[in-house]
Parts: sequence; C-alpha cells; structure tokens
Amino acid sequence: MIEVRNLVKKYGSHLAVDNLSFTVEQGQIYGFLGPNGAGKSTTMNIMTGYIGATSGEVLINGHDILKEPELAKQSIGYLPELPPLYTDMTVMEYLKFVAELKKIPKKEIENAVAEVIEMVQLEDVKTRLIKNLSKGYKQRVGLAQAIIDFPEIIILDEPMVGLDPKQIIEIRELIRKLAENHTVILSSHILAEVREICDYIMIISKGKLVASDTPENLEKLLDKTETITLEVEDEGDVVEQVLVSMEKDMSWEIKKSGEGIVVVVIKTQEEDLRKELSRALALADCQLLTLKRETASLEDIFLELTDSNAPDEIEVEADYTHEEDYEDEEEIEDESDL
Amino acid sequence: MKAIYKRELKSYFQSMIGYAFIAFMMVFVGIYFTAYNLNMGYPYFSYVLSSTLFIFMIAVPVLTMKSFAEERKSKTDQLLLTAPVSVTGIVLGKFLAMITVFAIPVALSSVYPLVIKMQGTAYLKVDYAAILVYFAIGCVYIAIGMFLSSLTESQIIAAVSTFAVLLAFNMWSGLLGFLPDGTVGTWLKNFLGKLDFASLLSSLIDNSLLDISGLMLCISLVFLFVFLTIQTIQKRRWS
Repeated sequence: MIEVRNLVKKYGSHLAVDNLSFTVEQGQIYGFLGPNGAGKSTTMNIMTGYIGATSGEVLINGHDILKEPELAKQSIGYLPELPPLYTDMTVMEYLKFVAELKKIPKKEIENAVAEVIEMVQLEDVKTRLIKNLSKGYKQRVGLAQAIIDFPEIIILDEPMVGLDPKQIIEIRELIRKLAENHTVILSSHILAEVREICDYIMIISKGKLVASDTPENLEKLLDKTETITLEVEDEGDVVEQVLVSMEKDMSWEIKKSGEGIVVVVIKTQEEDLRKELSRALALADCQLLTLKRETASLEDIFLELTDSNAPDEIEVEADYTHEEDYEDEEEIEDESDL
Repeated sequence: MKAIYKRELKSYFQSMIGYAFIAFMMVFVGIYFTAYNLNMGYPYFSYVLSSTLFIFMIAVPVLTMKSFAEERKSKTDQLLLTAPVSVTGIVLGKFLAMITVFAIPVALSSVYPLVIKMQGTAYLKVDYAAILVYFAIGCVYIAIGMFLSSLTESQIIAAVSTFAVLLAFNMWSGLLGFLPDGTVGTWLKNFLGKLDFASLLSSLIDNSLLDISGLMLCISLVFLFVFLTIQTIQKRRWS
C-alpha cells in the first residue's frame, strides 16, 4: 500500500523528519501521534506529494510519489491541516470542481457529489458559500473533498480540530465506516482520539518514529509494573503478615486512612495478583473493602516516549520562527489547544 | 487542466475582478477611440491601441496578482498539488483562464475598425494585425504577472512588482537611451531594443508591416514565463 523509506526533511539546519520508515497495510486505521511540531504534518505533506523530501522515498501502491506523481496521487485523498477550500464557491460548486479535478467521469460527478454530501451531512449547507460556513462545516467540506472519489488511501491531518463533541462522534463513525474499504491515516496530538479509532498507532517525536504498534501492544510494551490498591479493615500488622506469607515478587506501602482502615499500595511485575490477594486476606480474616488494579496507560507511554527530549524541544521551537510553514502550523495547533 | 481552467474563469466573474478588468480596458479604449477616430477622424484604429498600451500597467496586475499568490496564502494550492494533475496542467489552466478574460475586451475592440469602415475608409488589415500584436503583448505581460505572482504569497507584492516591470517596459526606449554609445553599448541597445514592445505596434502603424520576428518573440516569452512559473512551483516544494 504505502511504503515510506528513510524519509528525511530538512528546513535549513532544522531536521523536521528524521529517517522515518514505515509501511501501511490495507484496510486499517493508522494514527500518527505526536506533540506539536513533531513532524506529523510534514510527513503527511511529503506522502501526498505536496512537498518534496530531502532524501528517502514514498511508494504508493508501488508508484513513487515523485517519479509517477499522477498515478500515485490518484489513490490518495488528503485533508490537510487547513482545509484547502475556495471560499468564494458554494459547497456544491466546490465539490463538483474537486470531482472534476480528481478525474471522476462526467456522468458520475452528480452522483459522487450527492453521495459525499449525504455521507458527511452537508445537506443543509450545500448551496451556501463556503466562506460563510462555520469551522466545523468547513472541516466537513474538507473531509468531503478528500473522500469524494473514494480513494484507496485517505490521509487526514487533524480531522477533529474545530468540531464539537457531537460532530467528533459523527466523524469518528464516518472514519470507521470508511475504513471498511479504505486505508485511513490520521494524525492528532490528542491521545484519546487516536486510541478511540485507530487500529495502529505510530508515535512520532522530533521527526522520528519512536513507537508503532496496536494500542494494546503499546500498553504492554514498556512498563509492565502493575499497581494494585487495597483498602482493608485492619490496623496494618495482619496485612503485613499476609503479604509476607504470599512470597511474591512485589513491594508495598501501608498507610492508615481512618479508624481501623489501611490503604495498601502494591507494585508488582507479576501477572494479576488480585485473586490470590483476596483469598489470602479472607483466610486471615481481614475485611477487604476495595481492590483496584492499574496498568501503565497509553498516556504514560506517550509521555515517556516524547518527553525525554524535552530540552531539545524548546530549542526546536525557537528554530521554527525561521520557517514560514512551521509558524503557521504552530499557530494552528496552538489555537486547537485552546 | 480543464477543471482548473473552468474554475479560474468562473472565479474571475464571481468576483469583481473579471468585470472590473474588462470595464477598465473598454473605458480607456473607448475614450481613445472617441478622441482619435471619431472626433479627429483618423482612419486607423491601431493608433488607439498603440496609445492605450499604458493601461496594461494597471489592468494586468489586477488580473494576475491573485493567480498563485492567493492560492499559496490560503493553502488551496495543497488541493491542486496533491490532486492527480500535473503542475504544467495547473499553470496552463490558470494562464489560459487569464488569457480568456483578456480576450474578451480584445474581441469587443475588434468591432471598432468596422465602425470606422461604416463611416468611410478603413484599413482593416493593418487594424486587425494591430489587434493581434496588441493581444500578443498582453499575453506576454500576463505571463510575466503570473510568474511574479508565483514568487510570493502576497497579492500586493505580486501586483506592485508586475506594475514595476510593466512600467519599465513602457519606458523601455527611453531607458535604452541612457546606454552609452560604443560597440558594447550599441550591441546592447540593439539586443534589448527587441524587447521594446511598443515599437512592435508603432512599426506596424508607420510601415504597415507586421513584424513576424517580434510576434515570435512574444510567443517565446510567453512560453518562457509559463515555464518559469512551472519551475517556481516545482522548486517551492523543495525549499
């Protein structure tokens, strides 16, 4: 499907994309995840042929995006960060233009436009000028533009920005529906969003691919330590004895939290200990009030992978002021953060 | 290319620019026609064209300034450049749309020689040859304007720089006068003198001779600037 090999993009001395390689398979939803300025948009712009890479290559269905651009671009639909809308056109006019631009046969244009309008629910605004639409509707028109010819690969850069919660759910449903027959790649700096819909997550930091796996595997990937929190009716000494007698590889901390109640926080590398714990405590005649298990969340992994470079990040951001493209990107992302 | 051509043409007439451009051209040609041909009774329409060449300085930047600068500013070029269309197709689509808008006032002006004919003697061949040359010069200017628009994302810079270049062409023969005499100076004068577009029209008027080499130069320059525009857009992706 898509093969990206050793992609490098330099803006002057600043390295925006650093030796990125990955492959994308059919019929899955991929998520590019990374902090602001990690190189997500740049990578997407290179993949779609909008900008050229300093070195490395991108193959779309075996066609090099630079050597056979028209063939490669035929199988891609792209929604950039800022939807590329001609604001002096109506929604219908615009979508017809895009349909023609993407070489949909004349006879099918009407149908294609009608279908896509229904899919992204633009029925109410289809005769209005794009400049008068709200941000959410503009985003939807941008999405419509990307999927109008139902390309094999749909690349969406921050598709949820500017949408209200209801719209986000709708678009999410739409993306899921699209993924039945298409490959979808989307980017985001919001983790929850990516986890919600992606089959596969690629975490990018400072232009490098730092992790790529399914959300479940990623959660297993790094920190295997589990935290188990107990609340027990006891003065502390009985619990202590029970834990020692279990002879498991774990460490714990016991805190008093009220009259005859203690909270025990156990850290362990072992597989789920909850059953054994409750049995052992019951045998020792201790009343168990709460039992809670926590595993390392995707958030922790994300922060760990992207945060270790924090001092460099600041330097990088300072560099951006020299780059027009980056300035824009920063601004947009800042807005969305608000 | 066709889709882009159609959209561009439509957008000129959805905004004021297309109408303003045509009205502006027609008003000035009309004023000169009234003064020269109707009031003073000259039978040549080519005089009018030769005298109205200066309005290109204002009209052409208005037409060309937004062609690429605006797309880049509003990032709509992302749509075009990621669509299965070649850069050449994009540039030609836009250029042809501008040429089409420009062809409208030229076509309307073609009526004037016939008006002269109705009133008495007219020199139709010279007049229509002049209209052809006028159109060719306009095409060169539009190609230059488009090229300058592709260099920047500010419409204002595009317009001002186009104006400056056209102003220089308008004063071309005067500027060449500053060149020193001597072998190099004379050679330069002869060489650069070829770019004196106004002389293309005036030689037609004075000698009733159509300068084919001048016309070929215009066509070559159009190709050159279309080519340069394509290269600018290609290059931008690598910087």
